[in-house]
Amino acid sequence: MSDSARLDGTRLLRAYRQMKLIREFEERLHVEIATGEIPGFTHLYAGQEAVAVGVCEQLGDADYIVSTHRGHGHCIAKGCDVGGMMKEIYGRRDGLCHGKGGSMHIADIDKGMLGANAIVGGGPPLAVGAAIACKLRGGGHVSVAFGGDGSANQGTVFEAMNMAVVLQVPAIFVFENNGYSEHTGCDYAVGSKDLTARARGFGLVAECVDGADFHAVYDAMGRAVERARAGGGPSAIEARITRFYGHFEGDPQKYRARDEVARHRETMDCLKRFRERMRAGGELAEAQLDAVDAEVLALIERIVADAKAAPPPVEADLYTDVYIHY
Amino acid sequence: MPQMTMRDALNQALHQEMERDERVIVLGEDVSGGAGGTSGEREASGGIFGVTKGLLPRFGAGRVIDTPISESAIVGAAGGAALAGLRPVAELMFADFVGVCMDQIYNQIAKFRYMFGGKSRCPVVIRMAMGAGMNMGPQHSQSIYALMTAVPGLKVVVPSNAYDAKGLLIEAIRDDDPVVFLEHKALYPRKGEVPEKPYTVPFGEAALVREGEHVTVVAIARMVPFAERAIDALAKEGITCDLIDPRTTSPLDFDTIVESVEGTGRLVVVDESPPRCSLAADIAATVAERAFGRLKAPIAQVTPPHTPVPFAPALERAYVPGPPRIEAAIRHVLKVS
Ligand SMILES: Cc1ncc(C[n+]2csc(CCOP(=O)(O)OP(=O)(O)O)c2C)c(N)n1
Ligand SMILES: [Mg+2]
Repeated sequence: MSDSARLDGTRLLRAYRQMKLIREFEERLHVEIATGEIPGFTHLYAGQEAVAVGVCEQLGDADYIVSTHRGHGHCIAKGCDVGGMMKEIYGRRDGLCHGKGGSMHIADIDKGMLGANAIVGGGPPLAVGAAIACKLRGGGHVSVAFGGDGSANQGTVFEAMNMAVVLQVPAIFVFENNGYSEHTGCDYAVGSKDLTARARGFGLVAECVDGADFHAVYDAMGRAVERARAGGGPSAIEARITRFYGHFEGDPQKYRARDEVARHRETMDCLKRFRERMRAGGELAEAQLDAVDAEVLALIERIVADAKAAPPPVEADLYTDVYIHY
Repeated sequence: MPQMTMRDALNQALHQEMERDERVIVLGEDVSGGAGGTSGEREASGGIFGVTKGLLPRFGAGRVIDTPISESAIVGAAGGAALAGLRPVAELMFADFVGVCMDQIYNQIAKFRYMFGGKSRCPVVIRMAMGAGMNMGPQHSQSIYALMTAVPGLKVVVPSNAYDAKGLLIEAIRDDDPVVFLEHKALYPRKGEVPEKPYTVPFGEAALVREGEHVTVVAIARMVPFAERAIDALAKEGITCDLIDPRTTSPLDFDTIVESVEGTGRLVVVDESPPRCSLAADIAATVAERAFGRLKAPIAQVTPPHTPVPFAPALERAYVPGPPRIEAAIRHVLKVS
């Protein structure tokens, strides 16, 4: 029996809620960013939810993840407080990082969330380090490096994969292949056009899954986690997926066929796919899922209102959390 | 003379140099964009800040090269192509990404000419967008000219306006040494008069942006327009300043600065990079050494605090030295003397 077949109604409902929460968090940000009230540079995760949730539903607080510039989904899936996240994105004093990091740097160490990262390829070496700590402590915990198809071309990622194999640490590299790195296609920038085979070339056990299928991601992650926890070393998962918005908010997306996103919203929407599956299998009733939708929308409403009303940092905060200032 | 943004001036310089010299190539992430996309449209980007727009349609994919996200290979390949006779202009989307490819900059291209006993040339330009002010957070906002200036073998350019940007970029491409070319992202829209024809601005020659008698102010990149505002405000009270824009931090035109301080007796240095081992400290030390006897007041350094660049607008505003802090520093050196 696969891992996902063992999920009971409570767990399935929780997975759906996590995906829905990420989706609505991002859909709402898309609207709020257009008003100009949110500072900086935001990369939305909408469309990729089943990857973050499929992966993180296999993890606990003592397992680690490192994330990317497109990190909101990973943070939510790993259990970061969404209110604190929203405040961080608004640059508020009681945001998860006190307004010092913003969208690209959300972190919550207590939740095993070692940080979103604005340097492409910055995370995977850190994940290997966390995996060394997991191995040394012997508790059977694992460390996950999220990365995009574009990040897979960075030397740091090659080094991290090789070192994980050499050291046989419980690291899992999750490549979210959404087809693009910024405005350049994956088929151009990944020379071999095959991330799974590349990972295998480094000696990792690797598999490729449909990233819009929560069950498929969850099961692949289950295999990788089981191997890692049993001391079987590192793995890689390539999840084929799409992003529903531009690279960052404001991206005119001239590199994308006009109907691409509309098409993908039809065929690659993990929430629709999940609902269809529940309808077919009867594990969850429509009304249960509708109730989750309503609850999530109300929550988003509340955290956005709270974030807008929250005070910004004060000048003295500039000098805290650094060893010294001159 | 046509008014042009700094972005367009840089773009024009690239067009003109690629036109003039077929050894000039451009490489980086999304310098054109669109490769491997589903719309069939190439040049879907033209550079994240638009500086390389129009190059691909004009010069083709052989000379305008979109790369994977691989900064070490981008800078290293530019260095190797330069050793092999090309004149590459590599782009790092953000200056912070030198962290990824420091070996190629620091141990490789900076060293070749000297280490090979003068037998090689490495005429590579590495362009990169730097600076705070756009709420891009700690890994996308740093001003790294002090770090780069500390490396023997590199030339470092920090334009503050469109005219200088064009002339300095053409000079950089024609120069036989590796040049780190730092474009402050908040200055891209800044307009100025720019001649249509190609021209060069020499390295190591500061510009005297304002002339005055009471205080010498040295400012770098975005700090120049900020210093102009502070100085122009004080002029209404009869306080006048020399404002010196070094334009390149390596080589640095110490002579112009020292000469000015010999006249005014007071120095304020405005620098957006962190205070320790900064350009401000470097200039202050040299002036103290060469013009100690002429100083009427301690030298003032206006810099951010020694912290990473914060994200929240309220914090970033407090971080970046602005006109009020510059004005206060000028008043201070006048008061204590
Ligand atoms: C070292 C580095 N190089 C370049 C960038 C600019 N950049 C940010 S995201 C990105 C594309 C990343 O593509 P991918 O890894 O596929 O992730 P996606 O955006 O598709 O989620 C680029 C080039 C960066 N932040 N860091
Ligand atoms: Mg991608």
